[in-house]
Order: sequence, then structure tokens, then C-alpha cells
Amino acid sequence: MQFCVSESDGKPVVSIKDVTHRYGSVVALDGISLDVPSGCMVGIVGPDGVGKSTLMALIAGSKKLQHGSVTVLDGDIADVRHRRIVCPQIAYMPQGLGKNLYLELSVHDNVDFMARLFGLSAAERSTKVKELLDATGLGPFPGRPAGKLSGGMKQKVGLCGALVHEPDLLVLDEPTTGVDPLSRRQFWTLIDDIRAGRPSMSVIISTAYMDEAQQWDWIVAMDAGRVLATGTPAELMERTGTKDLEKCFIALLPEEKRMGHTELIIPPRAAAESEIAIDAKGLTRRFGSFTAVDHVTLSIERGEIFGFLGSNGCGKSTTMKMLTGLLPPTEGTATLFGHSVEAGSIEVRKRLGYMTQAFSLYGELTVRQNLVLDARLYHITPEKAKARIEELVEKFGLGPHLDSLAEDLPMGLRQRLSLAVAVLHEPEILILDEPTSGVDPVARDSFWELLIDLSRKQGVTIFVTTHFMNEGMRCDRISLMNAGKVLACDAPQKLIETRGAASLEDAFIAYMEDAIVGAAPSGKSKDEAAISAPAVEKPVPPPSPAKQSDFKLQLVRMLAYTYNETMQIRRDPVRLAFAFIGSALLMLVFGFGITTDVENIRYATFDLDRSPESRAYLEQFAASERYFIPTEPIGSDQDALKRLQSDDISLVLEIPPNFGRDVRKGSKPDVSAQVDGANPFRGETIAQYAQGVHNTLLNDPASGLDTDKKKFTANIQDRYMYNPTFESIYSIVPSVPALLLILIPAILMSVSIVREKELGSMINFYVTPTGRMEYLLGKQIPYIVIGMINFFILAAMALLVFGVPIKGSFLMLTLCTLLYVTATTGVGMVTSTFTSSQVAAVFVTAILTIVPTIQFSGLLQPVSTLEGNARFIGLIWPTTYYMHSSVGAYTKGLGPALMVQDLVFLACCIPILWAVSLVGLRKQEK
Amino acid sequence: MTTLLNILWLGLKEIRSLLCDLVMVLFVLYAFTLAIYVQATGTSSEVNNASISFVDEDGSALSKELINAFYPPRFQVPELIAASEVEEAMDKGLFMFVVIIPPMFESDLRADQQPDIQLNIDATAMQQAGIGSNYIKNIINDRIASFLSRTDVTPPQPINLVVRRLFNPNGESSWFKSVVAIINQISLLTIVLCGAAVIREREHGTLEHLLVMPLTSFEIAMAKVWANGLVILIATGLSLFLVVMKALQVPFAGSIVLWFCGVILYLFFTTALGLFLGTISRSMAQFALLIMLVIIVIQLLSGGSTPVESQPQWLQRMTYLLPSRHFVSFSQVIIYRGGGISAVWSQFLIVGGVGLGFFVYSMALFRKSIAVTK
Repeated sequence: MQFCVSESDGKPVVSIKDVTHRYGSVVALDGISLDVPSGCMVGIVGPDGVGKSTLMALIAGSKKLQHGSVTVLDGDIADVRHRRIVCPQIAYMPQGLGKNLYLELSVHDNVDFMARLFGLSAAERSTKVKELLDATGLGPFPGRPAGKLSGGMKQKVGLCGALVHEPDLLVLDEPTTGVDPLSRRQFWTLIDDIRAGRPSMSVIISTAYMDEAQQWDWIVAMDAGRVLATGTPAELMERTGTKDLEKCFIALLPEEKRMGHTELIIPPRAAAESEIAIDAKGLTRRFGSFTAVDHVTLSIERGEIFGFLGSNGCGKSTTMKMLTGLLPPTEGTATLFGHSVEAGSIEVRKRLGYMTQAFSLYGELTVRQNLVLDARLYHITPEKAKARIEELVEKFGLGPHLDSLAEDLPMGLRQRLSLAVAVLHEPEILILDEPTSGVDPVARDSFWELLIDLSRKQGVTIFVTTHFMNEGMRCDRISLMNAGKVLACDAPQKLIETRGAASLEDAFIAYMEDAIVGAAPSGKSKDEAAISAPAVEKPVPPPSPAKQSDFKLQLVRMLAYTYNETMQIRRDPVRLAFAFIGSALLMLVFGFGITTDVENIRYATFDLDRSPESRAYLEQFAASERYFIPTEPIGSDQDALKRLQSDDISLVLEIPPNFGRDVRKGSKPDVSAQVDGANPFRGETIAQYAQGVHNTLLNDPASGLDTDKKKFTANIQDRYMYNPTFESIYSIVPSVPALLLILIPAILMSVSIVREKELGSMINFYVTPTGRMEYLLGKQIPYIVIGMINFFILAAMALLVFGVPIKGSFLMLTLCTLLYVTATTGVGMVTSTFTSSQVAAVFVTAILTIVPTIQFSGLLQPVSTLEGNARFIGLIWPTTYYMHSSVGAYTKGLGPALMVQDLVFLACCIPILWAVSLVGLRKQEK
Repeated sequence: MTTLLNILWLGLKEIRSLLCDLVMVLFVLYAFTLAIYVQATGTSSEVNNASISFVDEDGSALSKELINAFYPPRFQVPELIAASEVEEAMDKGLFMFVVIIPPMFESDLRADQQPDIQLNIDATAMQQAGIGSNYIKNIINDRIASFLSRTDVTPPQPINLVVRRLFNPNGESSWFKSVVAIINQISLLTIVLCGAAVIREREHGTLEHLLVMPLTSFEIAMAKVWANGLVILIATGLSLFLVVMKALQVPFAGSIVLWFCGVILYLFFTTALGLFLGTISRSMAQFALLIMLVIIVIQLLSGGSTPVESQPQWLQRMTYLLPSRHFVSFSQVIIYRGGGISAVWSQFLIVGGVGLGFFVYSMALFRKSIAVTK
């Protein structure tokens, strides 16, 4: 290990003064002041939720400072100009496995993307990326999508991305949480090698594994948003008189937190005749071609505490799901007390208690309600349940919190509540999936006390998974798992002795190395084959920013985002389907579904006259086939009403008795038409059709009805312009693209930005020199292309499926479409600035685009008939103008000149939408 | 017995969770009260404020009279344009109707020469164009007749057609639209509530927890069906009594109990569909995109927006399996036409049957979906 250079140059790399940070009413950092020495490996230790991540994000400049000051590399990080200057010198890797990676992109593309953002030239990029991938052992799999990597490999990819621009300050937020021990060790070796090559580099790392920090130069111990102590690990241990950092940390905690904490003592298990509680034989689970669990065989005795150690994604959770019957195994069997656990065996499940990885209770219910719900679902009688709940509440120390909501509890208490719920029905087997991740050491010990009590006093068999080695030491037996296989299974002490290792971690690593050698004789064919990475050499000098012009750099970064986005969409089947199949499907639904034509009206006649005149009259209706379909004539008034009621017919024509005679006499008989008016629009139209047929008949000399020609009237000649047959398809089909080309591009655009916010890859934008306009434009381009492809698909459908050709200027319409989809994706950009989840983005964008588009842009009602606010919205909404040019080009056959006005307006929308999005897009997290 | 109890307890939990979500509760309330009222009274398919202009080449007293016959609210105050401007004005979409009165119109008319009036209609504005042109023709004919005879009596016809609109004599569109609005809200909200409940439980890991307990998938699914269904049923009841019957004064011709039986069947379908969508989508975001597509199909093809009879035959055959179409249809039968069970039983059957299909299918997928999420 190197020594700090802080003594020699004296200048801290990071200086924090009086920083306070709040999330709503929760205080994450509480008046912290701290000077971090430069050129060191600095560890920030403390359990989850004490403010480590917030502090790291503030240092990296990715989060907006609320109160106090943070000086990084000799400048105020809250100052935009300073951030722009130093951000190429800082590398930041956020918490969470592969959080800032694009999971659909390949390993190479992820690292290459970061290199592009930092403006490396193509030649530099290819050498640098290759060099880093080789150094981290990722060389053999550049084309694998990041989402299909193990946790350790994801972290390595993240590290490559962080190191690609040769930073002076490396900020790593819990880089090894959930990573298997071998990868963890490789990771630290890698960091040491890099530091050896760049001694001036400062590294700040946060971790929840206290033992890891043991070898670092300088430690900051944090709890509840405050700094407990700082100093070298040796100093701190000396000060507290403890032998390891975990105990040291507990000793540093304030008195009230340590309250009642004593060294955990595990009484030995009485070795007795024991029944086999859990028995698994050759359990295997495959997902497609991927084997998650590979022939796992276990046998666990009653009352045993059995630990299951392994990294994230090694198959622990899948094994547990098979043991609990949640997942059927592909091969092999699992039995609990000799009974199969296959789905449906209710009896077995009553003897089982289960606690899932995440907090699996109802956060919106209170502690008491959660317990009562569970008692009810296990059908414990109310009296017994009451007694049992009281007992548990006392034992687990939940008394003061009985009526608070579960989601408001601190992590340690939640886990205890989860356990209380899991044991409420007195199960004989307890299966716990990573119960203590995210819990501080004191709470973890008190949790284990409860487990030990259950095992030793009540003979409950406990199956627990963990990635903490020191928890593994507490189990009676453990099995070490990696890549779906159990490597070894025995008492922890025995495992250490067998391998002659110093600790359980060393023993685990030894087993993993054996497995790799055994499985992959050819060397690096297996994922984690790169055991020891060669040191990173330093042949490439840091890129000099002056080498390329500013504009070119901006263009490179913008195109980097375009390429990135394109690859992501191509690999996301759901969004891809929504983009293309969605619009085609909706085109069909709208095109055939929205029609204002009232046709095929079923009607019946009620002829009380039966004369030649009445037949001639009724004949006229039967002749207009497009509109009227005759059905069986009616015999009585009741019959008429009944058939109208049941929607069998919509019109009844009743000819009165003596109709023929009255016509001949000229005494003007009344014909009655009863119209179904339940749907008023349809009723009105039917009434008019009937009137129309009637009028035609009277003016038709061939009708056989002897009528006088009317005098002194004008002929009103209808001219149905643009759509002579007056079929709604000619007006609907050109309008639908206007609707779909705003709905779908806007939603996709909005989701693509909000998705980055939600999943965390937005951090890449915060901590790289990418400008806001580069980001927005880069992401917009692929969606404009999607919009244009959609336009051509819709135009083809209009012609081939609906038979509606474009009569006007296709070129001009294409140009209008280009501007229109640029504007509509801009609308999506605007909605993304104020939504924070993908679901909200979808619904908000949908509502905001559909309502004005349908109501105010001429789809249902011409804009010229709107009034007041509606008219105003119609006049500023881009769809109005596109609707005009689309209907114009398809149906009206307008020439280019008449579409110029639309073109100009659409062009004006674009810069306005950009400006609004630019203002709304933040360059730092709030 | 234990099954029923489990369903009851789980359902109560579901309702309690829902009531804790204040935003959702307020949204449901809004959707079933104010939103319905606005939709029912807002847009109308009747002709309103239609833009019209005249080309008056006659300049006679009669042509002035004709122009003055058009006034708000049905029409905008007519503009006078020159004959040469007609094409361009129509191309720009400035007017829906342009009436051209030819030279010598009045004198030709007095000479009984039957002069022509040309009525240009922008036929791309479908809904208003058809009805509007009829209005215009009637108004012009009436005015000519009254102008010539100076009486307001139209010359009698040899046969009178007496049109009677049953079930909604004044053709008030709010009657129909309010009920369609309720139907659309039921579809949207029940699917969203139920699907989101499934996904939320899966994302929080509570579904796993339930599946390990001595509960069957049937009990878990059924609890969601009744709990979410009940919430929407109550909202529907409020909406029907307060908004539709009280505020909008829509008469209810048939049996309210029968209609609510139909609503319950439809709720079974929508909750089952929500379960299905919630089960097949892997994340909330995918669910949101799916909903967009599904809900548009359900609402647009139901016959609530445009008549089912106007769909092409092949589409009508497909929408026969769409429960929303039957819901719209039997709602019309019961509410306006006062039909009884004999008129609607077959539609009830289809709604329930399709619901059952989705329910059974999503139950089969329920356990499998656990494997998919992680």
C-alpha cells in the first residue's frame, strides 16, 4: 500500500465545509465538514442510508449542492464554470451494479460511449478501450450486452468507463457491494495497479463492508449524516481499542445506538438424532440457454442454521425460489420434511416461513395491520393471534412502532418486522433471502440474536443467504455458491481449515479458482477467467482538449448519444414494437373504427294499407341499399317497440290504413317514421336519411305517386368538395397520421429521457462535458427517424389498405412531416422535464398530446368553428397545421404553395420547444 | 370456507392500500364526476358555430334576406367573398360552407325558372358537413318560400313524413355521451388499477411472499378482482346517480338493478384483463405502453364513439368478441330503451365469458410471471 502524499503537498483534494443535504424532511447530511487528503485511497465507511452516496454525488458534482460548500480540485464544485473545467479530471461510478451502464449495449459500446463523450479521437478510442478491456479481463467479451454480465463484470465495465479519460480523482460509490469475493479481490488489485501507474490520482471509495477498508490509507466513518471519526485505520482502531474495523465502528457509534449491544455468542448446536428438514437433489433451473442453478444437492437437518454464500446473480435466489415452490425446477427435486414443494401443496407451505430479499411487507399498512393480515391468512384464531402478536412485538421490540406505517420504519426495524411476520405462524422452516443487506452492524447483531434464539430454543431450521462473510461464520454449515454451482458445503471453520486459508473469504476464493481451472482448461473461455489482471500501462498521454475544435467535440458527443440511443431501441423489443406495430395497429383501428358514416340501417315496415301506393312508397327505401337494410315486416305496435328496444332494428316505417286512397284523393296522409334515438347523432342522421328518401320520392315522376311538381323553388346543388362520395374514410385516414405522429414519437421521446433518470444512466450526462443541447439533439435524432419511417408506413397503409392515395404534393408533405415529427418529439422532450417516472411520462404525454389533438386541431371539429380558449389552443398547436397539410395533400390535392404556411409555422415551433426543454433539463441531480 | 376468508382478507388489504393512495382516490373521484360531466356537456356532434360565407352575385333583397338567415350560435355571422376567392378560401380551410347565389337569382325565381344555388361543402369535416348542409338547405328553402309568399307557411306536400325519435325525443347528446363516458372511465381505471396492483406487488416482492403462504393463485387473483371491482362499482354508482341522473337529468328507462348486474359482469372482464396485462408485462413502463394500445382499441371500437354498424363486416365479426361493444349496446337497451333481461342476456353471456377466459389464462401465467421478473 502506498502512503498518503497529503503530508508533503498539504493541499486537500476535496474540502467540504458545513454541508447539509435534505430529501424532503429527511436529513441525509447534517452539517458535515471534512478535508480529504490528495493522492490517497480514502474510504468512507458506514452502513446503508447514512448519507455516503449523497456525499459522493456532491463531490462528483452530479448532485446539486443545497447548503455549505464543496471545493474539489481547487475550485467550487457548485460553480458551473469550474465544473466544466474539472469534469474531465473526475471520474464517478455511482452505487448499484452497473447503474450508469446501458444494459442493452455491449461491453465495448458502453466504454466507447464514455470515451466519445470525453472527446477522444477514433484512434485513441480504439486503443484505449481495448487496453482497458484487456486490463480488466473483459477483453474476450466486447460484444456481450452489459445486462447479461455478472455483477462483478458490470462493475469492471463501469470502472473502464470511469478510467477511459485518465482522471485525477476517482469517486467510487460502493463498487463491490453484491460482488463475489474473487471479483472483489480482482477489482482491488486493478485499482492498486492503476494507482501504481498514476501515483497522483486520488481515490475516494465508499463501502458498507468494514473489513474491506482495513487496508486503505484514510478512513471516514459516518453515521446518520454525520462524521463519527476520521484517520488511518490503525489510528482509529487504536483509539477505540478494537482489533477490527467493524468492532471499531460499533465502538464509535453514539451511546444510545450501541445500547445493549454485546458480543454475539452462538451456543453450539446440540448434536442429536435429527430429521432431514430440507432435501434437494440435483436441483437445476435453466432460463433459455442460461443455466441459473446447476445440479445443486443439499441436505439440511432440523434446527440447523444453514448459510448460503455467493454474489449477486450466482443463483442463490433462484435456488430459494425452487425450495419454496415459487419456481418449478427444470430438473431435480426439492422436498421439505419429505413432502414435495411443487406448487399447490398448501400443507407444506403452512410449515414454511419466508422473507424475501427486498422488504416484502405492505409499506402502506401499519406494523399491526401487517401482523394481523398475516395471522388471518394463516387462519390463526383471533385470540391465539392476539397473544402471539403481543409476544412477538415484545420480543422483537416493535412495541413503540405498532401504529406507524411499515414504510416509515428504519431499515433495521423493517427487517425485524419482516422476520416477525415470517415466524408468526410458528413455521418449522425459515427461509431468509439476504435478510441483513442494508442494515447497520448493531441492528444486524440484534437480528442474528433472534435467529439464534429461534434455532437453538425452538428448533426452527433456518436457511439464510448472505454475501457478508462474517455472517457466514455464524452459521452451523454453509455452502459456497458461484455461477449456479455449489463449490463446497461444510462448517465454516472446517472449510477454512481444509483450504489452509486465513479467512472464509480466502477459502471461498481458493474454491472459486479451483472451479475455474477445473471448468476451463483452455484458459480464458469462462466469464471470470481473467484471474489476475496485468497492470495498466501508461503509454497513451491524456487527450489534450485543444486538439479538436469545440464544435467538432460537440458534434461528436451529440452523435455519441444518437448512436447510443439507436442501439438501445434496436435491442428493446417492447419499445421497438410500440414504435412500429403500435402505429400500424392504431391506424387500422382508427381508420376502420372512427367513421361518421351511418350505413346499413336495419329497418322494418308496418304497412296497414297494402295498396300499390304504399308498396311503391316503401319500395323507395328498399332501393337505397347503401343506407337501408329491410328486415321482416312488423305485425303490431308491441312488436315494433320490442324490436326497437332490443336494437334489432333502428327505424320503423308505418303506413296508415287507406294511404293509397288518401294519396289519390290528395288528402295528404301521414307516414310515421319511428327512429331509435338512443344514440342522438345516429338518430338524427337516420331521420334525415328517411326525410331524404321521402323527398326524392315525391320529386320522382317515376315513383308512381301522382304528385304535383313544386312551384317557385330554387334548386340547391350540393357540391361535396374534396370528397365527392362523402365517405368519412377520406377525411379520417389522412387525419390519423397527424394524431399518431404526435402520440407515438412524443411518448417514446419522453420515455427515453425519463428512463435515463429512473434507471440512473442520466448520471453520465451529469458528470461528463456533454452540453444540454448536444444531449437533447442527440437523443432526438433517432426518434425523428422513427417518426419518418412511421410516416412512410402509414402512407403505404393509406394507399394499400384503405385505398386513399396522396393527390397533392408528396414531397411537400414529407417536408412538413419532417418538421412535424421534430416538433412532436420536442413536445416529448418538454414533458420529460417535469415527469420523473416512465409511467408518469407515458400517461402525462398521452393526455397532453391526445386531448388538444383530438379536440382542438380539426380532427372532430374544424378549427374555424372553435371559439375562445379552444380556438387559441387550436391556433398554437402544431397538429392543426400538420392536419391541414395532411388532409390537404391526401384529399384536397393541394399544391405546394398552399402548404408553405403550415411549413413555416411548424418550423417556428421547433426552436420554442427546444428552448423550453433546455431550460427544464438540469445538468445536476436535485 | 378458508378460500372465501382468504379472498376476503386479501381484498380488504387491497382496498386499504388503495385508500392510502390519496392521489389515486382523488383521480378516481374526478374521473367519475367532473370528467364525466365535462365530456357529456362539452363537445357536441351537432352543428355549432359553423363557418359559412356567401358569394352574392345577385345583390337582391332576397339574397340579403338569405344571408341574414344565418346567425349564431349555430352558424357564425356569414362573410361575403368574391367568386374568385372561393377555391382558395376552401383550400385554406377558412369556411366549411360557401353558398353561391347566381346573378338574376331573384328575378329567375319569380319567373319560376328554378334557378340554381350552389352549396359548396368542405366534405373533409365529416361530422358537421352532412348535418350542416341539410340545415342550410332547409333554411334557404324556408326563406325563399316565406319571402315569396310573405307567409311563414310552407307549401303542403302530398304526403307528410312524421318523424318521431324514440328514447331521446329531443336528441340531447348529453344523454348518450354521459353513459359512454362512464363506460370509458370504467374500462380505463379498472384495467389500470388492477394491473398496477399486480405489478406493484411483484416489484415490491410482496407477491412472492403471498405465493409462499398457504394461498392459491385463485385466491390472490380473486381478491384483486373483487376489491378493485368494488371500488369502481361504487364510483360508477355515484356517477350514475349524482352526475347522470341528478345533474344531467337523464331519465333511466329500464331496471337499474339489471344495469348494475351488467356493470358487475363488465368489471369482472376489465379486472381480469388488468390482471392479464399486469402479469404479462415485465415492468410498470411496459404496462403503461401496453395500456395505451389496449385502451384505445377497447374505447374506440365499442360503438360509443361511432356506430358499430358502420364498421366493415370483418371488423364487426372481430369486435363481436369485444366486451366493451356489448356493454355499450346493452347499456343503451337498458337505460334508454327500457329493455329487460330477455333483450340483453346473450350480451351478458359474452361479457362474462370473455372475462372468464382472461381470468383463467392469467391465473395460469401468474406463478410463471415470478420467474420472468427477476
